[in-house]
Amino acid sequence: MTQTPIKTSTGKTFTHLVSKEGGVKYPLKALNVCEETFSPLEVAYDYDEIRRQVSRESIEAGPHSIWRYKAFLPVESENPIDVGTGMTPLVKSNRLARQLGLKNLYIKNDAVNMPTLSFKDRVVSVALTRARELGFSTVSCASTGNLANSTAAIAAHAGMDCCVFIPSDLEAGKVLGTLIYNPTLMAVKGNYDQVNRLCSEVGNSYGWGFVNINLRPYYSEGSKTLGYEVAEQLGWELPDHIVAPLASGSLFTKIYKGFNEFVKVGLVDEKAVRFSGAQAEGCSPIAQAFKEGRDFVTPVKPNTIAKSIAIGNPADGCYALEVARKTNGNIESVTDAEIVEGMKLLAETEGIFTETAGGTTIAVLKKLVEAGKINPDEKTVVYITGNGLKTQEAVQGYIGQPFIIEPKLESFERALERSRTLERLEWQQTNV
Amino acid sequence: MTVKVLVPTPLQKFTNNQATIECGGSNIDELIDALESNCPGIKARICDETGKPRRFLNLYVNSEDIRFLEGTDTALADGDEVSIVPAVAGG
Repeated sequence: MTQTPIKTSTGKTFTHLVSKEGGVKYPLKALNVCEETFSPLEVAYDYDEIRRQVSRESIEAGPHSIWRYKAFLPVESENPIDVGTGMTPLVKSNRLARQLGLKNLYIKNDAVNMPTLSFKDRVVSVALTRARELGFSTVSCASTGNLANSTAAIAAHAGMDCCVFIPSDLEAGKVLGTLIYNPTLMAVKGNYDQVNRLCSEVGNSYGWGFVNINLRPYYSEGSKTLGYEVAEQLGWELPDHIVAPLASGSLFTKIYKGFNEFVKVGLVDEKAVRFSGAQAEGCSPIAQAFKEGRDFVTPVKPNTIAKSIAIGNPADGCYALEVARKTNGNIESVTDAEIVEGMKLLAETEGIFTETAGGTTIAVLKKLVEAGKINPDEKTVVYITGNGLKTQEAVQGYIGQPFIIEPKLESFERALERSRTLERLEWQQTNV
Repeated sequence: MTVKVLVPTPLQKFTNNQATIECGGSNIDELIDALESNCPGIKARICDETGKPRRFLNLYVNSEDIRFLEGTDTALADGDEVSIVPAVAGG
């Protein structure tokens, strides 16, 4: 009989903040920038302590949420804010995989993450728990939409004041999906990079906890759970290849960090996982740098329907480049038309309705397969990070229409005949 | 000729904790040198060893990123506003 190791240690697992360039250490406060180099600060952990605290069994016995990985997250609270975030389905793809010619494709479906249907609930749950610990009563963010939804919702749950900033041209679903929680919503006449800059300036003077500015080192750690969950859901094994969307580049680098941490504490075996990133052509500064072999990212002005990933000046762009290159991955971009096709393809083959960012990721997956850059046997995980109901405008006009009929059998039969004719025509078109 | 420079918190120790200072210079390069004469030590923070602004720092002239203008050659006119903003935010 094997015995479950007893894990009794409960000490703090995170120790300080550290500059990603130069290694200067900082205290665990609301700080995001190294004063020497202006590079990002990152949370440092005591991995020996984590190893003492966790085992596969202890994680499996934990809450059915991201908090089963609490030892790997930068919070101290006994009771972190838990709104059921995380542990979203990892779906083994059959129909999409067959269509693309892949044998081992999995879809990590954060389109159904809780409470606001995007991966942002992971980072916000961590950020607001930490914000509470640091004594903030007002939380804020600069958002392309999903983060606004999530910050407003989880702040409402936690009883915190909330003021969020978005570009004024966002999809209606994202605006409404923020306002319902009754935060103060600032719709800024400008693109995301301008919103972000405004928030960087506001951040210092109002004493608010900006989840993706002064709380960014804590916030971004939440994305590691997308790595942990995939490893656990694959049966405590790392995949061979992942494909994820790139906006700021943070999510991508944190999945990488998550996999490495699981290896470091002995929860999974080491494996060379390839990391491939997806951008929309209308905002592809990281993909352009990748193609041109540059190690720096030149900012662009976004122009794409994939608004949730339209960051022209990506803060972690250079680190995302580094991860893709050192893991032998790729970074590709696709057009808006391909993004819409990607959304439809995922919906029609897997029954998953994703937003434009997910359409981008599926379209890039397809492009990489067609270019022979993904081996059909590779265990590939594609990350779907948001829900299609929030970006309905993107597919309006590209999908079918309902048949309006009378409540009579004859009317139904006529419409059914028409629909079958249309289907035949579509097939003929496809064959040509 | 003077331009208004908005200084981020981590650099305010060089400006007597002032968030805004006035300075001269006909382009960004000259402005950075002028800043250095007024606030010794600030240039080494703004620029890397090649003398160019650090990659994690954004500079704006009247709200436009200098990388969309002429970089550090971007010309400055009397009354322009130059902002220095740490880039690590968002996403």
